[in-house]
Amino acid sequence: MKHLLPISLHVNGETHHVRIPPWRTLLEVLRETLALTETKRSCQEGQCGRCTVLIDGKPINSCLYLAIEAAGKDVQTIEGLANSGVLDQIQKSFLEKGGVQCGFCTPGFVLATKSLLSENPSPSEDEIRAAMVGHLCRCTGYVQIVEAIQDAAGHLKPQG
Amino acid sequence: MLLATSSPRANNRANNMHDHLRNEYDVVGQPTPKKDGALKALGHAEYADDISMPGMLHGKLLRNPHPHARIVRIDTSRAEMLPGVRAVITGKEFPGIKYGNLPQTRDYLPLAIDTVRYIGEEVAAVAAIDEDTAEEALDLIEVEYELLPAVFDPEEAMRPGAPLLHDSAPSNICAQVAFEFGNVDEAFFSASYIREDTFDTQPVKQGMLEPHACIGLWDSTGKISLWSCKMSPYVVWRQLAMGLGVELANVRVVQTVVGGGFSGGKQEAMPMDFCAVMLSKKTRRPVKIVHTMDEVLTIGHMRHPMKVWLRTGTDKDGRILAQHCKLIANGGAYSSIGGFSMYLAGAMLNIPYRVPNIRYEGKRVYTNNGFCGALRGHTNTQICFARDSQLELIAADLSIDPIDIRHRNALQPGDVTPNGFRIGTFAFDECIERVVELSGWRNKRGKLAKYRGIGFGCGSHISGARLMGHSASAAEIRLQEDGTVHLTTGSTDVGQGADTVLSMIAAEVLGVEVDAVRFARVDSDSTPVDPGTFGSRVTFFTGNAVKRAAEDARRQLAEIAAQRMKVGADDLVFRPGEIINRRDDRQRISLKEAIRWGAFQTGRLVISHGTYSASDEKIDFRTGYGNLSPAYNPSACAVEVEVDPETGQVKIVGFWGADDSGFPLNPLGVKGQVIGATVMSFGHALYEGLIRIDGKVMNPSFRDYKMPLITDIPKLADFQHSNVVTWESEGPFGAKEAGQGAGTGVIAALANAIYDATGVRMQSLPMSPDRIRFALKEREGKKYAEKEFSPATE
Repeated sequence: MKHLLPISLHVNGETHHVRIPPWRTLLEVLRETLALTETKRSCQEGQCGRCTVLIDGKPINSCLYLAIEAAGKDVQTIEGLANSGVLDQIQKSFLEKGGVQCGFCTPGFVLATKSLLSENPSPSEDEIRAAMVGHLCRCTGYVQIVEAIQDAAGHLKPQG
Repeated sequence: MLLATSSPRANNRANNMHDHLRNEYDVVGQPTPKKDGALKALGHAEYADDISMPGMLHGKLLRNPHPHARIVRIDTSRAEMLPGVRAVITGKEFPGIKYGNLPQTRDYLPLAIDTVRYIGEEVAAVAAIDEDTAEEALDLIEVEYELLPAVFDPEEAMRPGAPLLHDSAPSNICAQVAFEFGNVDEAFFSASYIREDTFDTQPVKQGMLEPHACIGLWDSTGKISLWSCKMSPYVVWRQLAMGLGVELANVRVVQTVVGGGFSGGKQEAMPMDFCAVMLSKKTRRPVKIVHTMDEVLTIGHMRHPMKVWLRTGTDKDGRILAQHCKLIANGGAYSSIGGFSMYLAGAMLNIPYRVPNIRYEGKRVYTNNGFCGALRGHTNTQICFARDSQLELIAADLSIDPIDIRHRNALQPGDVTPNGFRIGTFAFDECIERVVELSGWRNKRGKLAKYRGIGFGCGSHISGARLMGHSASAAEIRLQEDGTVHLTTGSTDVGQGADTVLSMIAAEVLGVEVDAVRFARVDSDSTPVDPGTFGSRVTFFTGNAVKRAAEDARRQLAEIAAQRMKVGADDLVFRPGEIINRRDDRQRISLKEAIRWGAFQTGRLVISHGTYSASDEKIDFRTGYGNLSPAYNPSACAVEVEVDPETGQVKIVGFWGADDSGFPLNPLGVKGQVIGATVMSFGHALYEGLIRIDGKVMNPSFRDYKMPLITDIPKLADFQHSNVVTWESEGPFGAKEAGQGAGTGVIAALANAIYDATGVRMQSLPMSPDRIRFALKEREGKKYAEKEFSPATE
């Protein structure tokens, strides 16, 4: 097949050498080429936040991001957050505070929270909302998501 | 659940009841994280689109671009020749059997054959090696259409000479329900006050974030399997068999993890489901089809847009004597569950107020639009908007306090409504008072700054429905030798927490941890057949079935333990994890040991069943009389808004709600349900809606179809919901519905708050900035005009 470009993708600490058409989005390559389906496909136009991954620690919509742009960068999906199946504190807070219902939006929210708290360990309620505005949730009405993020921040805050 | 902080008095009362009940139980009443929450938070939950099968092909559907047309010819030959395409099908591949919900309104076909009736209707399907190839092939299918006249407005559609959509429906009337209870004419004659108002609602989408997705496999034995994100998999199972003309035993529907439902296409078999299995038959490969969000927002299944005319007569004190409601629903091109929708809208006039005389005429009309069906709060949401908006107008006209008029008309426990609803627990007055206290209503109403206002709204909902068809639920429990509990039901978790609350019920009865209960997803080959997830029925109906199954398992286990311990089964008591002789507590056996001994030494396996039917009463959908649900949940809310007079933008600054969900079995889940329903109604009230021009959806994208964002809700401190705890004796451990009722009064509360803030009364949804601004300007214009022409200003 023509138009295949060889690139190296670093996903969750693992390097994948793939040959892909240059127009494939990172979302498509993660899901279809690497079978990493934990990153979800929904609106495919950057409106819902389902497909969020971290690129060098920053959240992006992988549906609007060409895979070739990610070459050589550090890509983190929700899979990379937990330590071999053990819930990270953010994931734990989402679970315990009821921030998870259908769960389709959860990986995106959790990764966005990870990025937020690494930059701002004690975000105000307004700062939490501003950081999550690109993420739709139809189930929870957001209250328990805000509470989950506050809970995670409380647990992760550096002591002293 | 108690989030409230501002009213210690209200809190204490609820706390006492809730704490008392919580102390009675080990499991129910405790906030319990969602059972599959860890899996989902880890990203390990497998949704339909995440599934791949060996050799799997990808399907795409060709959609018709005309509002109404005859299909003259379809030529698929060029598409078939495209490299990578494996099969192309049209409606002629199917037996031509119409399928659907109610026998009298079955009008769906898997793919259109002769006629297309709305833009987006499916006419052909392709299976190819990947989605891009399938998409490309769609462009190569040639369809010749002969355009037919179309009609989009339901009132125009009923006029003589209007284009007809279905031969079976003269005047395009799809379903018509009329009933009368009491003596309406006499009551209006004796009324000292009467008013009439009309309200309009818009087409709203379910807005679930997981698009519909399925994988079909028609294997060499003739078995037809569908893996799909269905809320009501057994409805799909029946409809697939019906539309394919095969026996039920040939069809297997496997429910995958559901990424949000809210009714609609996840309740029924859709063209994509039929096409996936038919393409699989042609290619002998599994075929996956996933809708794009553009497709989800364009095609059928949405909330019925309604024109609701409501005439209400009261006595001089605002007590309702009679209501007459005429309702026209724009049903779109097909029926879905619309016949039932028309009954339900009228039935909902009976709750939560005492209306002794009711006349109702509801018509659902076919038009060349995407079709309508159920959506959270099914028709109740529209009725509540009209009724509670009008009640506020009546209160103002009669100079009655808006809270007083609600108390004065509130249904009470023990009431029987004119249509035969038997009201059991119904803490409506308490809900109203709770909200008055939480919201600080008395210090706010009429006392807020200009363009700031507070409004009240009430609603009510059913805890499952008695239906003509399938109503009952069943559950099966198997105790495993390691002490785990295998629980199967036909109900689905769609994110609302059925997996958790049903497991909690089993755990409570059996004295095990919630984690020890494994909740199975529906697989029509092995789980009990069930109506599905709708009408707030799962906790109530399936919950009761699970409770009975667990009680039966406990009885069986007690017999085994009694045999082992050589005591009478009646002497045994269950404690967490073990069974004890009440006469001598040194004699005890662990659950695990009892299960193992029974299986290993006697061959006795603990397999139990439980059922719940609520079918002790009949309901007559022709007359509208009968007790639809075993329990009813009242709710009340107040909402505070700030309106920007320049832009018409409404900001929700505070929300306080209360409802009577009986005993909340999982307070964490109940909170998620009521807040979720509330915020969904924010969107419905203020900005959501499909914009359609001549049947074409102009905003099929989340860019333009606006749903509530995290920034659209009030601050946590000003967003409170409280449960008025009651004990519903018919419900499992005292529980009632939670997922829909709380949202029903929200829209009227917002309309009433906007009125309080601005003095303009919004009677059409959504109450969008442009409409509010227009109403404000129009009112100013009138005032200017009055000034201009009044002698005083000359």
